[in-house]
Amino acid sequence: MSGERFAPSMRRRKRTGAIFQALCLASITFSIVVLVILLADVVADGAKWLSVDFLTRYPSRIPARAGIRSAILGSLWMMGLTAAFSFPIGVGAAIYLEEYAPRTWLTRILQTNIANLAGVPSIVYGILGLAIFVRFLGFGRSVLAGALTLGLLILPVIIIASQEAIKAVPTSLREAAYGVGATKWQTIRHHVLPVALPGILTGTILSLSRAIGETAPLIMIGALTFIAFPPTSPLDPFTVLPIQIFNWTAKPQADFHDLAAAAILVLLVVLLAMNALAIFLRNRFQTRI
Amino acid sequence: MSPAAGPSPAGLAAELGHRARRRWGERAIAGLLFLCGAISILTTAGIVIVLFTESAGFFRKVPIGEFLTGTRWSPLFADQHFGILPLLNGTFLIAVGAMAIALPVGLTSAIYLSEYATPKLRGAVKPILEVLAGIPTVVYGYFALTFITPVIRTVFPSTGIFNAASGAIVVGIMIIPMVASLSEDALNAVPQSLREAAYGLGATKFEVSTRVVVPAALSGIVASFILAISRAVGETMAVTLAAGATPKMTLNFLESVQTMTAYIVQISLGETPHGTLEYQTIFAVGLVLFFITLGMNILSQRITRRFREVYE
Repeated sequence: MSGERFAPSMRRRKRTGAIFQALCLASITFSIVVLVILLADVVADGAKWLSVDFLTRYPSRIPARAGIRSAILGSLWMMGLTAAFSFPIGVGAAIYLEEYAPRTWLTRILQTNIANLAGVPSIVYGILGLAIFVRFLGFGRSVLAGALTLGLLILPVIIIASQEAIKAVPTSLREAAYGVGATKWQTIRHHVLPVALPGILTGTILSLSRAIGETAPLIMIGALTFIAFPPTSPLDPFTVLPIQIFNWTAKPQADFHDLAAAAILVLLVVLLAMNALAIFLRNRFQTRI
Repeated sequence: MSPAAGPSPAGLAAELGHRARRRWGERAIAGLLFLCGAISILTTAGIVIVLFTESAGFFRKVPIGEFLTGTRWSPLFADQHFGILPLLNGTFLIAVGAMAIALPVGLTSAIYLSEYATPKLRGAVKPILEVLAGIPTVVYGYFALTFITPVIRTVFPSTGIFNAASGAIVVGIMIIPMVASLSEDALNAVPQSLREAAYGLGATKFEVSTRVVVPAALSGIVASFILAISRAVGETMAVTLAAGATPKMTLNFLESVQTMTAYIVQISLGETPHGTLEYQTIFAVGLVLFFITLGMNILSQRITRRFREVYE
């Protein structure tokens, strides 16, 4: 250390250290306190509105009669279609990048591109979905258009998580398979993928939990806020929980705010359940290799 | 790979035929998997093409110079003005306010987790940060409107329902986990030997942390800051709900402003017909938003790659 930084008083140096440590601890505490306040705020406003009726009724202009049935069903549709689209393509892309891709400039561009896509704001995906799926391909303001948009949004996350999982499979496993005469695809299908699957599923569930909380891209493609019926086909209009929450929060009346809080509680429970499932999968199947 | 001693010529021929078919299948699978990867390129191409072609119509009617330097934004009024600066002003007001919270809190949290916390405490705190990071942005918007805004209005009674401060605070809270977790990764990557060398010279824990570990991890920390700013710029729902819909040139956090993202939401919620000039504005604004965030993400990657201290 340079001479000017020489501080002779040990006591002062220790005191500075103690103050700094206390400040750092305060920062951590801040995040925890905010989380507690947020949850308390939502529970205080929303808990009294939460009932079976609330879950099974359709939205209404009268707060006391409003429910989130169409939003819950819409979210389920959305999650199912998004997963059906993004899971196979995401895993396929990850397999290509980890097992097949030659080390060329094209592969490097592909990889950099995926990293950059992960940082594109979600509303830009909404603009893309609006132009391509809603208008160009003519899907309209449908569940399908929404699911494809959200699928593209979470694709980079699924690819990156799956790549990590595939990377973690030891090379010796592949070599053993090749050694007994398996082809490349047989090796991947029967030896690499089963070992990587828990990691892939964990990443997919976490990214899906991001998708069901997304609001902005679905507003862009025109998810309707007042839907009194659930979708019956992928081409039907829809609403989802976050859109319903946004709609109620944006209203000036306090009763609608409380409804929003109740819907937030439902959404948070779903998210927590998905996260718990992901953690369970990670711990349960973390194979001993 | 040499085949094992074949049985009969007929069996060998069958086996070879089987293999040729298998190779065909192998090729098809490799091609299919490549297509999966190519979708990500198509996505980027799609975003760029859509933004450029749709805003081309806009820029035929509004000169780019006027768009980029105008200080009034009023596409929905009779007296139309298309200067994007008020929206940029709103966006950066939110981003600056958010960073003023997220940078110090996130970095000191990261230092505590990496340098001070026991493994047990770290194991308890990290899931809490993950939960904070996983809460949907519309929930943060609700929190801003029903909790943060009333608190601000008690302190500054003249504040309106919609104000930049509430949006900035909530976006700041939202990106703390991101700054904390990425910075902690950078701090953890600093080799233990550096810390031990500093202790050997008689440095205290505070001096080791702030004068050795943080400088050594600086590139990763700066990269996390830039990513966080980019996230704050692209954040939509919380600012739409909390900061309002008033595009204006102001540095006053207690006033209502409008960000680029909030404007795009406002138009898509409204009844603006497709193909009109007013409608095309969302693509022009989206184009600016896309390039700002893309530029920041690339910058962040560059910094990580270029300035990383490599220790062996």
